Amino acid sequence: MSKQVVEKLKANFGTLVLGDAEYRGETTVTVERSEIVKICTFLRDDCGYNFLSDLCGVDYLGRTPRFEVVYNMYNLTDKTRLRVKVLVDEQDPCVDTVSGVWSTANWHERECWDLMGISFNNHPDLRRILMPVDWVGFPLRKDYPLQGPDREPYQGRLS
Amino acid sequence: MGIEQEQAKTLGNGFVTTSLDKLVNWSRAKSLWPMTFGLACCAIEMMATGAARFDLDRMGVLFRASPRQADVIIIAGTVTKKMMPVIRTVYEQMPEPRYVIAMGACASSGGIFDTYSVIQGIDEELPVDVYIPGCPPRPEGLLYGLMKLQEKIMKERNSFGNAIGVGEVVNEA
Repeated sequence: MSKQVVEKLKANFGTLVLGDAEYRGETTVTVERSEIVKICTFLRDDCGYNFLSDLCGVDYLGRTPRFEVVYNMYNLTDKTRLRVKVLVDEQDPCVDTVSGVWSTANWHERECWDLMGISFNNHPDLRRILMPVDWVGFPLRKDYPLQGPDREPYQGRLS
Repeated sequence: MGIEQEQAKTLGNGFVTTSLDKLVNWSRAKSLWPMTFGLACCAIEMMATGAARFDLDRMGVLFRASPRQADVIIIAGTVTKKMMPVIRTVYEQMPEPRYVIAMGACASSGGIFDTYSVIQGIDEELPVDVYIPGCPPRPEGLLYGLMKLQEKIMKERNSFGNAIGVGEVVNEA
């Protein structure tokens, strides 16, 4: 099922599909960052992925490109899932918003920006969603100190 | 406190002599109304303490839904930095004298949440009267903490005088 979708994607977008993988029945497709809106619209309209179940940011600290944005989508009609990834560079951490494709992406992208610092171009309302409005920094990044920047890091138990 | 034999002769029965401090402290300690404010799992134990089995009402402890009617705020749970402005507002709306109980490990010290988003003990922000250990404390623990607060209130001197602008409160007898 998902195999056909991958073939369809490759047929329509060619080199914009950077790679695909199948692991334990889960299909993952990595695509070009600049064309994510076009690809998501295609997946929704022509492949039936009418529900975005999750959107997350991943921090692979030490790797280039450092970040990934992962779109987990679900086809409510034939109950299949697809995972789409885009690679995001540390110097320019931004992706075009897909909140016009699935409205639920609005808050997901706000969360991703709030905690990971990946911004979304053309987002209608990119504000912090979990952290306080005056927060500085992105706490889920791997190089963010766990106890916060204003405290000494935990050194292990003294006794 | 008590009726002196001589006074009983002149005043008759139905009179009690006492000090203003004792009367004021007694009335404050025996009607400690906490603010209904739960933050995490400690709030579940706080509710259990208020319900039929442990029955806080018998000690004059009635939960109030408004800070303006409350005497004590029980910080029952993890205080995040985002929640702190809310707690501060509620605390500042309470009339004086007001008391703070830090219930459980999180309110006392941050507990297991040694992270960027959690306040490491409510005593960084509010003056705490009683700390209750436990994660969460059993209802008996909360009852004991409230009784300790009552004892503390009974030891205050000149709190009424201080309220009307005469002298300072003395906390140690």
